[in-house]
Amino acid sequence: MPDNYSFGIEPVSCHAFNKDRTQVALSLNDSEVQIHKFAAGKWALTDTLAEHGQRVTGIDWAPNSNRIVTCGADRNAYVWTKQSDNKWKPTLVVLRINRAATSVRWSPQENKFAVSSGARMIAICYFEQENDWWISKQIKKPIRSTVTCLDWHPNNVLLACGSTDFKARVYSAYIKDVEEKPSATSWGSKMPFGNLMAEFSSGGGWVHSISFSANGERLAWVGHDSSVCVVDAANGQQLTTVKTDVLPFMSITWVTDNSLVAAGFDCCPMLYTYSSGNINFVSKLDDTAKQQVAGKVSAMARFKAMDSRAATDDSANETTLGTVHQNTITQLSIHSGTKSKCTKFATSGVDGQLVVWDVKSLESAFAGLRIA
Amino acid sequence: MSKATTNVDFRKVDVDQYEEEKYEDDAVVDDGVTGPNDAEVQALIAKGRLADALQTVLSTPPIASKNPAVKDKAAQVVMKVLTAFKAADIDGAIKNLDQNKLDVLMKYIYRGFEMSSEGNGAQLLVWHDKVFAVTGLGSIVRVLTDRRRV
Repeated sequence: MPDNYSFGIEPVSCHAFNKDRTQVALSLNDSEVQIHKFAAGKWALTDTLAEHGQRVTGIDWAPNSNRIVTCGADRNAYVWTKQSDNKWKPTLVVLRINRAATSVRWSPQENKFAVSSGARMIAICYFEQENDWWISKQIKKPIRSTVTCLDWHPNNVLLACGSTDFKARVYSAYIKDVEEKPSATSWGSKMPFGNLMAEFSSGGGWVHSISFSANGERLAWVGHDSSVCVVDAANGQQLTTVKTDVLPFMSITWVTDNSLVAAGFDCCPMLYTYSSGNINFVSKLDDTAKQQVAGKVSAMARFKAMDSRAATDDSANETTLGTVHQNTITQLSIHSGTKSKCTKFATSGVDGQLVVWDVKSLESAFAGLRIA
Repeated sequence: MSKATTNVDFRKVDVDQYEEEKYEDDAVVDDGVTGPNDAEVQALIAKGRLADALQTVLSTPPIASKNPAVKDKAAQVVMKVLTAFKAADIDGAIKNLDQNKLDVLMKYIYRGFEMSSEGNGAQLLVWHDKVFAVTGLGSIVRVLTDRRRV
C-alpha cells in the first residue's frame, strides 16, 4: 500500500523534497510555503516561508546546495538559503515578467534556475558574484503563449519546455558566466543562449508536463488532448504520439530508461513503456479499487438508502473514489532513486494528499508487473 | 448632449482583432480537401455498403478548410451515412476503424448533436455509446480540445 499523507483540505499546489527526503516544502494553494519534517511516520510543520504576495505556483529544492527556489503568481521568485540560526532567508530575484510565474526548476548543477511564466517567456536566472544578486536572462522567441512546464537536460544547458501554444520545445540556456561551453549532443551542436534546438507539436492540447530521460536522449510530454508523446533524439528525433483513452495527464516522469509514469485527472498513476518507437500502456498503478471489499449492507440500511437517496444498488454507498488520491494528481516527483532507476515516486494533488509509491511493492501487488 | 451618448456602435467593435500579440493557429495548409464526394457516398449507401461509406467519409474530413460551407456540407454527408446504419451493424463498422478515424467519428457525432435535427438524436446516441466503449474518455477530451475542428 502506498504511504499517503494528508495536508488538509486545500490542494497541494506544488511540492519539493530535500536531498535525503526527510523534509518537504509544499504550498497549500496560498502564498506561503510550508516546510515539514518527517518524524515517526508523520510530517510535522517546522517552518513557514511567507514572502510571496500571491499564490505560490512552483517550488524546487536544490539537493546539494540546499537552497529552495519558489515562484508565484505575484511575478516574483525567491531563493531561500538556510541561515546558521536555522531560519530560511529569502532573496528576491527580479524576473522582469509581467505575468504570473508558472513553474521553477534548478539546473542539475544548481548554478542557475529556470522560471516559466504566463508572459510567454522563460527567465533563466544565475547568481552574479560582483553585484551579489541574481540576474535573469529571458528566452522569448518563438513562444506564443504561457509556458507551463520545464525540465533540464543533464548537461545543464538544454532546457525543455511545454506551453499552452500546443508545442514542446528544447532551448539552449547556456550562460557563459557560469559554465563552460557544452559539447554537442543529439539535440544539436550550436548552443548559444536562447537558441531553439527543436520544436514539436503535441497534437491538440496544452502541454502540461515535460520530462527528459536520465541521459537526456529522450523527451516525453503530456498534453490536454489525452496524449503522451515521446521524442527520441538518438533516433533522428523520431516523434511518437499515443492518444490514450483516459482523461488527460497533468504530470509525467521517466522512472527507468524505458518506462514512464504519468498521472492526472484520473487520480491514478499509470505506467507506460517506450521501446523502438512505440509507447505502450502497461498498467494503472493503483489497485485500491480491487481491494475495496463490497461489504454486506443490512436490509434496514438498504431500504433507508432507497428511501432517502433513491439508491437502488450497492454502489451508491461509495462516497470515495476507488483510488488513493481523491482528486486530480497535479505533480509527480522522483522520491528515491533517479530517473533511470526509480525506487519510489511521490504524487501530490488537489485532494491535499502527498502519496509516496514504492516501486518494489507495486511490482509485487500487480502480478507480472516489471518496471524496467 | 443626449444625442451623442445614444450611439452604442462602439459596443460592436471586436477589440480582440487589434491585439498585437494575438495567438494565431499554425497556418494549416488548405490542402484542398473539400470533404467526401457526395455522389460517391450516396452510391455506396444505395448499394448497402455502409461500412465502406463510413470509411470514405472519415478519411476525407475537410479539417483544413477555412470555408464553413464546405465543413457543413461534409457534416451533412456524414450524418446521412450515420443515420443509414442499422443499430446491429454499428459494432462491426467501428471495429474496422483506426484511432484517427475514431477520433474524427467522435467529432462528427458531437457535430451531429449540435446540428440537432429531430430524427437523428437517438441514432447518434447509439453511435456515441458504441464509439465511447472503444475509445473511452480520451476521444471526448480530444473533441473538446483539438484545434482542428471538423
